Amino acid sequence: MTRWGMVIDLDRCTGCRACETACSMENNLPIINDEQTAMGRSISWMKILSQVSGDFPNTKTEFVPRPCMQCDNPPCTKVCPVNATHQAEDGIVAQIYARCIGCRYCANACPYSVKYFNYYEPQWPESMKSRLNPDVSLRPKGVVEKCTFCRHRLQKARERVRAENRPLAESDFQPACAESCSSKAITFGDLDNSSHRVHDLSRGPRASRMMEDLGTQPKVLYLKKEV
Amino acid sequence: MPRRADVLAGLPQDEQDLLRPLVYTTNKFWIAAGILGLICVWGLISYIQQLRYGLGTTGLNQPEYWGIYIIDFVFFIGISHAGTLISAILRISNAEWRRSITRSAEFITVLVIGFGAVQPIIDLGRPDRMLNIIRHAQPLSPLLWDVVSIGLYFWSCTIYLYLPMIPDLAIIRDRGIKMPRFYRILAMGYTDTPEQRHLLEKIIGILAIVVIPIAISVHTVIGWIFALTLRPMWHSTIFGPYFVMGAIYSGIAALLIAMSILRKVYRLENYFKDIHFNNMGILLLLMSCLWTYFTFAEYLTAFYGQEAAEMRTFWDKLSGRFAPTFWIMVVSCSVIPFFLMCRKKTRKVAGTTVAACFVVVGMWLERFNIVVPTSVNPRLDLYNSGSYAPSWVEIGIMAGTFAGFILLYMIASKFFPMVSIWEVREGRECIAEVVTRVSSYLPGTLAPTGSPTPEILTSQ
Repeated sequence: MTRWGMVIDLDRCTGCRACETACSMENNLPIINDEQTAMGRSISWMKILSQVSGDFPNTKTEFVPRPCMQCDNPPCTKVCPVNATHQAEDGIVAQIYARCIGCRYCANACPYSVKYFNYYEPQWPESMKSRLNPDVSLRPKGVVEKCTFCRHRLQKARERVRAENRPLAESDFQPACAESCSSKAITFGDLDNSSHRVHDLSRGPRASRMMEDLGTQPKVLYLKKEV
Repeated sequence: MPRRADVLAGLPQDEQDLLRPLVYTTNKFWIAAGILGLICVWGLISYIQQLRYGLGTTGLNQPEYWGIYIIDFVFFIGISHAGTLISAILRISNAEWRRSITRSAEFITVLVIGFGAVQPIIDLGRPDRMLNIIRHAQPLSPLLWDVVSIGLYFWSCTIYLYLPMIPDLAIIRDRGIKMPRFYRILAMGYTDTPEQRHLLEKIIGILAIVVIPIAISVHTVIGWIFALTLRPMWHSTIFGPYFVMGAIYSGIAALLIAMSILRKVYRLENYFKDIHFNNMGILLLLMSCLWTYFTFAEYLTAFYGQEAAEMRTFWDKLSGRFAPTFWIMVVSCSVIPFFLMCRKKTRKVAGTTVAACFVVVGMWLERFNIVVPTSVNPRLDLYNSGSYAPSWVEIGIMAGTFAGFILLYMIASKFFPMVSIWEVREGRECIAEVVTRVSSYLPGTLAPTGSPTPEILTSQ
């Protein structure tokens, strides 16, 4: 059984936010205007968290890219009253936009704040409308959305390898953020498949999970600085 | 209408006093109803606006996903604990002074549940998909438990209000003071025969016991909605009982306010006496002590652990952005009610009413202090300043639901006696029985039934 997971090397992340941008384009994230952004309503499935430490001029900035953690024990799916957010058989936590009633309970239950709500009908500038990704459904107003590990790409990849009659390789399925990462900080693959790079990386001494003590068992791992 | 007036004048004193509001309506009533009606229209317009443009019209954001609607939800359902729990507990414990206050309490319960239950629906991003809760029910979600327990609660409370009202409805039907067909249907052919009375009292007795666990389950589950998430200051085992206790507290306060208004506007001084306010005041005192104890226990536990995520919310409440609401809450739920209610001198109509008003405001703030500070301080420390300011749409809907509840309560008082006529009458008739009962608590021989002579107490 595959367990899709992601390993993010914090030592390599430069905070360029290419992953954020690639994700927005790939997943048809709505464009939120400045006024709404100031209210805290921007949507960013992949988000670069930055933490500044030290006093000027000796400051240090650390970046932590935060996608959905795709927990093996997700707190969000348990509380959903309508099974709109649920764990698919491949371990990815999915969201059924057409079923979601917009109660935002899952958003409150998620310790990683990865869930976003569509406060208004999503909007795009006229020039972008023809460039929306046809593989990803547009979300109506009033539903919750989040990172899906670009699961639509997995579906396409499965069809492709079936047609070519070969097993699914690591390179067949990569999410937009991993693909776009210029410093190769993001590695993606099957955590349980020893031929995938994430297999060894996730088992290495530098690997840890965010808020591991909560017991959510994220499938996103971070590689911390070697001391 | 002279005929009605004549009919009313010919009735026994209790019926005259208690049925008068059903017959006469003052101009003040119409003015108040008109104002409340306008506020309801404001609420309705606000909701239509929200439906049209989406929840963007509120002040909600990320991470502040839940705001006024969820606060009001917890608050209203809390108020609803007035009726059922208080009336059921007083009935079971044979507290004779309950007789004139149970009806007004039960009405609060039934009318406020609807306004509470509608709040999470107002809060939905997609109210049009509401029925998905039944179609795609996910039984592990506390929200689903809530739907079940509130549904059960609403129906059992409605029955618990209706059944003890049947003899009164029969009285109204027999006196023919108003809408004969309506009351004939509602009275269900009740004629107050001894068998009917016996059966009715038996059912009321059973219901009074059944509604207590249901009422407790309702607010426990509401507490669990918060406690079962991993959020700092929500994820706490005390929340179930804390919510139930707070619900009873705010319920008692709401009932006291209703009693003092009913007493004034319908001149029911003979039914809501000082002793009723005194006894309810003692209950309020007890609950204020419990509230202080629970709150202290909750905050001490959070503080002592010093967990970083918890402490962010903790200090935000005690000395941060929410310090004003937090300390006003403490003063209105702990200090003021305690000092007003611990002295017999202030445990009168005015004192209890003032204390009750503070408690109601304080308990609303308590719900605010539970929902908002935790929301704006998510565990993942990525927001330096999550904030929340309710929009006019939210304020309009909140005002509308409050006005709607008061208006419905006023209208109900025009169709149903707010003090149970038959129970008061029964109270007068059973004085002998009570004396016997009380004397049976004492050592010595039991008094022969029906002889309320004091000698039995000294006969040994």
